[in-house]
Amino acid sequence: MERGADPERRPTIEYANFVIMLLVALGIGIVAVLASALLGPKKGSRTKLMAYESGNDPERGGVGTGQRFPVHFYLVAMLFIIFDIETAFFYPLAVAYQKLIPFAFFEAITFVLLLLVGYVYVLKKKVLEWA
Amino acid sequence: MPDLIATLLISLLKAVLVVLGLLTTFAYMTLIERRLLGRMQLRPGPNRVGPMGLLQPAADAIKSIFKEDLTVTLADKLVYTLAPIIAIGMALTAFGGIPAGPAGSLFGENPWVYNLDTGILALLALTSMGVYGIFLGGWASGSKYPMLGALRSSAQMISYELGMGLSILGLLMIVGTTSFHGLVAWQAQNGVMLLFQSLGFALFLISSFAEVNRTPFDLPEAEQEIVAGYLTEYSAIKWALFQMAEYVNMITASAVMATLFFGGWKGPQVLNALIPGISDWPLIWLILKIAFFLFLFIWVRATLPRLRYDQLMRFGWKLLLPLALANTVMTAAFLAFRGAGGLWFLGVLSLAGLLALLIMSDRVRVLWNQPTVRPPEDRDLVRAGGD
Repeated sequence: MERGADPERRPTIEYANFVIMLLVALGIGIVAVLASALLGPKKGSRTKLMAYESGNDPERGGVGTGQRFPVHFYLVAMLFIIFDIETAFFYPLAVAYQKLIPFAFFEAITFVLLLLVGYVYVLKKKVLEWA
Repeated sequence: MPDLIATLLISLLKAVLVVLGLLTTFAYMTLIERRLLGRMQLRPGPNRVGPMGLLQPAADAIKSIFKEDLTVTLADKLVYTLAPIIAIGMALTAFGGIPAGPAGSLFGENPWVYNLDTGILALLALTSMGVYGIFLGGWASGSKYPMLGALRSSAQMISYELGMGLSILGLLMIVGTTSFHGLVAWQAQNGVMLLFQSLGFALFLISSFAEVNRTPFDLPEAEQEIVAGYLTEYSAIKWALFQMAEYVNMITASAVMATLFFGGWKGPQVLNALIPGISDWPLIWLILKIAFFLFLFIWVRATLPRLRYDQLMRFGWKLLLPLALANTVMTAAFLAFRGAGGLWFLGVLSLAGLLALLIMSDRVRVLWNQPTVRPPEDRDLVRAGGD
């Protein structure tokens, strides 16, 4: 449809344009950080560079801070990966859907039902219950 | 070959223009937001720096560049510096694909930077990359509150990204293309997508509020709960870059909603009868629609309280996700077995779905608000053996 609007369009050029946009956008960030590093004052002291812990001296620390976190976050991330793959499978189906009717409909329903089984299992296992 | 170089140079110019335009819009968005919030709370808002406070954004920008850029001793220096750059880079890039007018309407050039056939997929990919900026920023800060905020925000953002991706499937089924241009062209012919996918639009709107971390879903930076979340250890320009990314994401989300559901840069076709060609006036319609959504973002911020974290996750996984799937299946069934009725019938179905969403979210809210800690009288019951 959009090819008719712009007959001379070459797909590779568009990807080059995308890369240009990305580089310019990242460049703005880098320039801003550099400008601030050059222009801002540099007067750090030990207390000033301490991590914020509501006024306490941070006991443990460092990257990741070495503490334990609820497994819920891990489970949510796993579920996201599964359902995102589902979405990834759905996009081609959705785009080509009208050409594949009615076969695609039953195909999609079967796929959704299979995933719903997993979803209901997750619900029953109370993975999505917080607190 | 010189032809190619010229094309790329023009793209570069357009990219720089888009970036500068977005940054200016961001700066004035902060002012407009503060002034509007002020109006909504019966106070004037910033009005001292320049006429009507118009120089306030410039003052803020200069201040944040000249502030001391602190890096906490325990932080991972490289990742700590990279995170805001990633966040702003992805946010700015996402906007480049939005078509702002018919081909060649920008002084003979196309009013967009890139036009991928997979426009929507590229957009979703870029929003996913935005999560990296926030999570890496929180992780590299070497402190506990940012880490907590980053975990919460990444879980929130990926959950709602799912709802976002699924809620537009119905739309894709109807149109059959993932490029923004195809969507705009389809809507110019058949009427705005909002009519046929009102449920999908509502789900997309809610997800985009969560995606850009705005109230009522702004848990990542819930200042009253965990200081400022992933932003706690950031100062000066790096903090400003994260803010910038949030506002730019907001602008992009508004533009995407305008393009997907409100006809993009095309105005209402009805007006063509009054003034011929008014619906094709470049830029105006898109800017109007974006402004409407931005106002909505601010309005909601001044109106709704923040959700608790478990409420937020329950809403995303237990209501948004099944309803988005139901919307997809409904649209698919309609397209497969459409009877005599045209697309308007789908519109009615979708409105019914929207109504169901409203009623259900009200019903489920009662369940959600049940506290997990039992009140004392309940505990007494348990001790007595009855539950």
